[in-house]
Amino acid sequence: MMKNCEYQQIDPRALSVLPQSAQNNTEKTVQRSRRKWEVFPGKNRFFCDGRIILASQSGVLPLTLGLIIVTCGLFFAFDCPFLVKHLTVFIPVIGGALFVFVVFSLLRTSFTDPGILPRATPDEAADIEKQIDTSGSSTYRPPPRTKEILINQQVVKLKYCFTCKMFRPPRTSHCSLCDNCVERFDHHCPWVGNCVGKRNYRFFYSFIISLSFLTSFIFGCVITHITLRSQEGKSLVQSIQESPASVVELVICFFSIWSILGLSGFHTYLIASNLTTNEDIKGSWSSKRCAEESGNPYSYNSIITNCCATLCGPMPPSLIDRRGFLSLDEAIPAVSASEIELPPFTVKSDAHMCTQSTKDVLERMVHSYDVHGLCPPATPKTTPLDLEVSGPAAASSEPSLSAGCLPQDARQPVVPPCPPFSRSNKRRDSLHSINPAFRLASPSPSLSRTTFILGDAPDNGFIPLP
Amino acid sequence: MAETHSLQDLQQPTASSKVFVQRDYGSGTISKFHTKFPSELEPRIDKQQFEETIQTLNNLYAEAEKLGGKSYLEGCLACITAYTIFLCMETHYEKVLKKIARYIKDQNEKIYAPRGLLLTDPIERGLRVVEITIFEERSIGSGR
Repeated sequence: MMKNCEYQQIDPRALSVLPQSAQNNTEKTVQRSRRKWEVFPGKNRFFCDGRIILASQSGVLPLTLGLIIVTCGLFFAFDCPFLVKHLTVFIPVIGGALFVFVVFSLLRTSFTDPGILPRATPDEAADIEKQIDTSGSSTYRPPPRTKEILINQQVVKLKYCFTCKMFRPPRTSHCSLCDNCVERFDHHCPWVGNCVGKRNYRFFYSFIISLSFLTSFIFGCVITHITLRSQEGKSLVQSIQESPASVVELVICFFSIWSILGLSGFHTYLIASNLTTNEDIKGSWSSKRCAEESGNPYSYNSIITNCCATLCGPMPPSLIDRRGFLSLDEAIPAVSASEIELPPFTVKSDAHMCTQSTKDVLERMVHSYDVHGLCPPATPKTTPLDLEVSGPAAASSEPSLSAGCLPQDARQPVVPPCPPFSRSNKRRDSLHSINPAFRLASPSPSLSRTTFILGDAPDNGFIPLP
Repeated sequence: MAETHSLQDLQQPTASSKVFVQRDYGSGTISKFHTKFPSELEPRIDKQQFEETIQTLNNLYAEAEKLGGKSYLEGCLACITAYTIFLCMETHYEKVLKKIARYIKDQNEKIYAPRGLLLTDPIERGLRVVEITIFEERSIGSGR
């Protein structure tokens, strides 16, 4: 009921779209509890009611699957009968086992949450903003969006993620393709159609290792097949004509082997040194590397321990709780975020606001009574009538904020004064618009693209960034 | 104006503010929270009590993420079964998370709720923060 009152405050004349549909949706929400995956802010797709998660673009996953299935199918259909007759029945058995393992690992890699970090709640984001602003930064430069910490006597910089509104934990990177921060981000692999991160790295490694074995196995068997055929008094050309499928398999395997074996070797090296592709490309620790000891603060300085920790360590849980039900409070902002379209001037004043999105603001209003004070600047947005009233003042952020706040103040007693926030808002706005360095400081967008390229040409080892 | 009156009537009886205890990355990427006592909680709860709660949480998370024979065995078994074993078996981490949830519920009931505080399980915040909600009587300008 409180929610309905909130929506009635929005002036239907000012909004181009849908307070009615927002209301309808809240009614619908009341009738049917929604699961968290339905309101997930990232670009992922969900299937089986949230059990399966995929990236927004499946990339070339169908191609990967297709190649594997076609090659193995041809192998079982054309090469195996000959080899079983002339060699042993174990050939299709081993091939079958490898094939099953490869497909399972591939699907597990593609459909598992790679370690997505849920975005910060509005309260958390506000708390972080407060801490940044009161951290003693002087007025002549914008507040820092990086935080330095010491990990095992190494200085590590934590960067602030503007999308997820939090300081990224160490080894976490934001994937622009999936629009999520992923823990222990390795790379976004188009072949599996998903990011490779903390939770699915072991599946990814199983996939490439088993695929190396499979391609080598098929390659070897096909060579053996053709050799055996030509030994029976036929020429090589004749043998090939009798079994044309073998040539197809040979070509596919020949080109795959170089890349897959190279990739497997590269990732084996990464695991042994407890590095991610991301860190290796950036050269995060190589400059600090001493003769015997790695500069990597996460390494256990023992190859075996590093391997065990990465591959056999405890399986961390998914943090995004896809199948959990939304509490009624959370349900509303999802609706409003996607459907309410504010007129341009409110959008503009949004930029001068506390870097909160409409969704966050409305969520705050529903939770309400958050005395960090983000309600007052927000209220002008949801009551555009006030902004219209303050008219010419709407052009500049601060006066409109104060003007918008005062009437609200009377209605909502729990409201701190606006001006301190407007000042910090302005700084934040300058941070966003004037200083692009902070955006560039976030490495992941360019890196995920670079690693995208890496995924295609892994046989080169890795392409050093200029 | 009618809407706002009814809105006020429907408001929660107590206002609340939130304090966030951030992650401590000094030892790497393991789940660990700062044990520093936030000043906002000073009038409400004993510093030692709070630090004990956080320390116990840290110990529980360390237990969940411990690298040892048991976790390696679980990992190898999972690998051999092509990870299908996770469909039927609960991982060690999940078991400890349930233990943590019980501990937090217990702490809330015994210690925090009587003092007008509420601990939120960090797993609900993506293991980023320990969120402590401070409930107060509704009044103008309170809660800071």
